[in-house]
Amino acid sequence: MMSSRNCVDAAFKDFTRQFGNNIESFFDPLLTFLVVIEKLLLATPWPIFLAVAGVLAWLGSRSIKLSIGVMFAFFAIGFLDMWDPMISTVTMISAATILCLALGIPLGIWMSRSDRAQSMITPILDIMQTIPPFVYLIPVVMMLGIGKVPGLIAVCIYAMPPSVRLTNLGIRLVDKEAMEAADAFGATYRQRLFMVQIPLALPNIFAGVNQTIMMALAMVVIASMIGVAGLGLPVLQAVQNQYLSMGMLYGLAIVALAIIFDRVSQAFGTRIQKHRSGDVL
Amino acid sequence: MSQDIKIKISNLTKIFGPKAKSVLKHVDNGMSKDDLLKEHQHVLGLSNINLDLANKNIEVIMGLSGSGKSTLIRHINRLIEPTTGSIMIGGEDVIQMPIEKLRLFRQQKTAMVFQSFALLPHKTVTDNICLGIHLQGVKGDEAVQRAKKWIDRVGLTGYEDRYPSQLSGGMQQRVGLARALTCDTEILMMDEAFSALDPLIRSDMQDLLLELQTELHKTIIFITHDLDEALKIGDRIAILNGGALVQHGTSQDILMTPADDYVRDFVKKVNRSHVLHAKSVMNDEKPDNGAVKIMVKEEDSIDNVLCEILRSNAECAVVQDSRGTEVGYLNKKDIAEVVKPLVED
Repeated sequence: MMSSRNCVDAAFKDFTRQFGNNIESFFDPLLTFLVVIEKLLLATPWPIFLAVAGVLAWLGSRSIKLSIGVMFAFFAIGFLDMWDPMISTVTMISAATILCLALGIPLGIWMSRSDRAQSMITPILDIMQTIPPFVYLIPVVMMLGIGKVPGLIAVCIYAMPPSVRLTNLGIRLVDKEAMEAADAFGATYRQRLFMVQIPLALPNIFAGVNQTIMMALAMVVIASMIGVAGLGLPVLQAVQNQYLSMGMLYGLAIVALAIIFDRVSQAFGTRIQKHRSGDVL
Repeated sequence: MSQDIKIKISNLTKIFGPKAKSVLKHVDNGMSKDDLLKEHQHVLGLSNINLDLANKNIEVIMGLSGSGKSTLIRHINRLIEPTTGSIMIGGEDVIQMPIEKLRLFRQQKTAMVFQSFALLPHKTVTDNICLGIHLQGVKGDEAVQRAKKWIDRVGLTGYEDRYPSQLSGGMQQRVGLARALTCDTEILMMDEAFSALDPLIRSDMQDLLLELQTELHKTIIFITHDLDEALKIGDRIAILNGGALVQHGTSQDILMTPADDYVRDFVKKVNRSHVLHAKSVMNDEKPDNGAVKIMVKEEDSIDNVLCEILRSNAECAVVQDSRGTEVGYLNKKDIAEVVKPLVED
């Protein structure tokens, strides 16, 4: 047992030594992407950031109350001197969410099409969701070192499964007769997907998007262990040094971000489905 | 009747199950539905259907749940692949069509109305109605214009921008009907289209369909489990039982000469005197010269004839065709045969 473990460890070490640089350069565009967003957000003067956040919240939810709440939360975070780490975290969450959805939704669609794909992907998703994050942090750090990109990958491994699962579920639950109608009127597979399946699966897909955002936020503290800057890092330091107030403050800032993202994305989800709550005549 | 045939279904068999082709030979050798399920775990959906559907008719396919009627209609636009058989429409076999051609066929030749409406909840009434023509490639204003015409025709004016969930069941099915009619196809398929509606609304929709058909002259294939509905709207009725075709004929044929006990059983529950025409019941027995007579037309229902006889205290009715020629006679005894309640023997 011991020897086989040593053997695997050694082999993997050799592998990372040999290909580590290649792998790192493979993920370079991702790093650039992250750095550019972060720089852009940091360079934005705070009043403009607040205004943009408020407008985005309003566009998503069409609720003045919510958008004022969002602006106030960001203002409070800035006022309490947590602006820069907050920007890092927002960058990380946004990038992770975009990446998760860009991979997760097509994967979910593929899964809904083929039972074989479903039976292959489901166990992988089970593993991704149940394995302790530290376990996959090890190989990721060995290959990529510490920093933003391995952090992003770790966050994505943790946060992607709900969007895949719920996309698959949503599409599979679409009313069979609605699909039959699309077929009967001569729709192609693509037309049926975009005209019927995805719109009708939207409530579930949106639940997945929301879950992905929340889980990505939940990872920020763990990701800070491998050198991701942001609101998680001070929390980690506070834990190690027993700074109660600092831990609380940054923890609450994470909660505030979570609430902002959650409320705005949910309000957006409900709004684009306004037809579902129509009064029956 | 020498009507031209629009859809010719030949030797159509559908077996549900993983090895349908290999158990087909048992069905060909006459194995029954129950035995097939017991011995081979395959379900016989349709068994050797041969059916000619006439052009510009309303052809009703009738049967109870599980009789295969929905399966049969889904073969006509090949939403279900048959195990064997052919469906000829306009000189082409739908079953042999390559997939791209099948799609065009579905777009341009057929339109379908569904039992549970199958509307898209995220689209407005107008957008729902435009679904079929959007797929045909009609876009923008032209599509809206064409939809508008049918919105008015089926009585949905003023509801254009509502969502389906804001409409009642009857209204939703009007949307379903308008969506199918907007496609302007020769064949209209209605899969238990009115079954989910309550009786009054259903009757309204039946009248609407009959009224539209007097102008449109489409080939309508109408599925129902309700014999009264079948008799009301069908030019001809095909009765299915356990996946097999039992009888195909006009309402008069089916009421006067039921093919077997199954059909006879069905027919029992129907108000025969309301449906049967004078022509179907009349005989050649000339009444006595002195008898009090009234004149009736061939297509008058027995109800009407009885009513007239009672009103004028006549003994017999003379049946005339559309040109006024005497074609037969009805005496009180004939009418009593029709009106009397059928008792189980």
